[in-house]
Amino acid sequence: MKPPKFDYHAPASIDEAVALLQRYGGDAKVLAGGQSLMPMLNFRLTRPAALVDVNRIAALAYIREDDSTIAFGAMTRQRTIEFSPVVAARLPLLREATRWVGHLPIRSRGTIGGSIAHADPSAEYPAVLTALDGAVVAQGPRGRRTVKAGDLFETYLTTTLAADEVVVEVRLPAMPAGAGYAFEEFARRHGDFALVGIAAMIVRAGGRCTAARLAAAGAGPVPLRLRAAEEILERDGLGEAAIEAAAARAAELVQPDSDVHASADYRRHLTRVLTGRAIKRALTVATA
Amino acid sequence: MSDLPVRVTVNGRPREGRCPPRKLLVDFLREDLGLTGTHVGCEHGICGACTILVNGEAARSCLMLAVQSDGAELTTIEGLMTDGALHPLQEAFREHHGLQCGFCTPGMLMTALDLLRVKPAPSEADIREGLSAVLCRCTGYHGIVKAVQAAATKLSRRP
Repeated sequence: MKPPKFDYHAPASIDEAVALLQRYGGDAKVLAGGQSLMPMLNFRLTRPAALVDVNRIAALAYIREDDSTIAFGAMTRQRTIEFSPVVAARLPLLREATRWVGHLPIRSRGTIGGSIAHADPSAEYPAVLTALDGAVVAQGPRGRRTVKAGDLFETYLTTTLAADEVVVEVRLPAMPAGAGYAFEEFARRHGDFALVGIAAMIVRAGGRCTAARLAAAGAGPVPLRLRAAEEILERDGLGEAAIEAAAARAAELVQPDSDVHASADYRRHLTRVLTGRAIKRALTVATA
Repeated sequence: MSDLPVRVTVNGRPREGRCPPRKLLVDFLREDLGLTGTHVGCEHGICGACTILVNGEAARSCLMLAVQSDGAELTTIEGLMTDGALHPLQEAFREHHGLQCGFCTPGMLMTALDLLRVKPAPSEADIREGLSAVLCRCTGYHGIVKAVQAAATKLSRRP
């Protein structure tokens, strides 16, 4: 089908965008890369009074780094991230996850801020944000605030941000040098949303695990940090038995629903298998 | 809301029109500019038939509003030939049975064009992954993969 009628605004500044969102009082939608919102409009699953298109706000597209953090303007395209030398060097987990996001023509338009604000629990970027304990910066009528990943996702397609707030920046801590990482995912067709995806980062010192970061996508209403599974690795090390125990714990932690794509049991099974695979593959790229 | 101007460069030529903000870019290309080579398939970004280049990068023209393309440089399937000669990708598709009904072909070609720019010497796996962005219901993909391999070889030999 074709999109329903809406007012269209393409502001040149963030302040203007926020003012528009405030004016429409929750009846406007922010149009970022459009790779989720446009299908929803075409199918008339959403009928906003207005679109606030933030594609003309040049100040929202950048990758900046300092000693500890990589900051992405919300409108940084997934394609830019895929080919960014900064991301390859300091956030290789994000780079690997990016290749699972749709297809290259989708990534040409799709943005990091849009993917996170859309809050699809089966999407890759929210899982990476959760695994690495990142944060978003949101701007609203009362200024800017930082929201940590753990406080951002409320339920399916819903964040804790207010209707007149817009994500302006995504911040991820740079991964420690030599950290192992892997993004494992299962979908029935390449480029589809994950039935389950697992983001993993492992920092090792010999056989010991000094830090483990695990998060699941597609296994519940929000991306889920698998802290109790991480603790097993940090306590018991990186032997076969510890990895098996962590993977089994991960499957207990998730709260998947059954839907037309997969049953809850199958998603739990995938969580266990993919967590084990992700940890093992992460170890093959970890140094020290 | 009233119509808005859309000024674009399509296949090297400046074109313009006016349309309602809800008009999709693919419909603007077909209905307003008469460029019917780009096909409308699923209208939700899955099938890839409407893929064009936007500022040199492959993108779904069903997932963009025409007004969003104002100021952009677009390449459609009509821009692939030069001086009446088929592009090596087009020749290779003809040579290797890369199409049957032809519905997906414009999207396949524009996706392959972008793929070969990003990866000039792709492996078969790279090609299959890249082309998974476009659905074909006739060929079984083998001919398409062969065609892209052949075009990659030919393009790499170009001076």
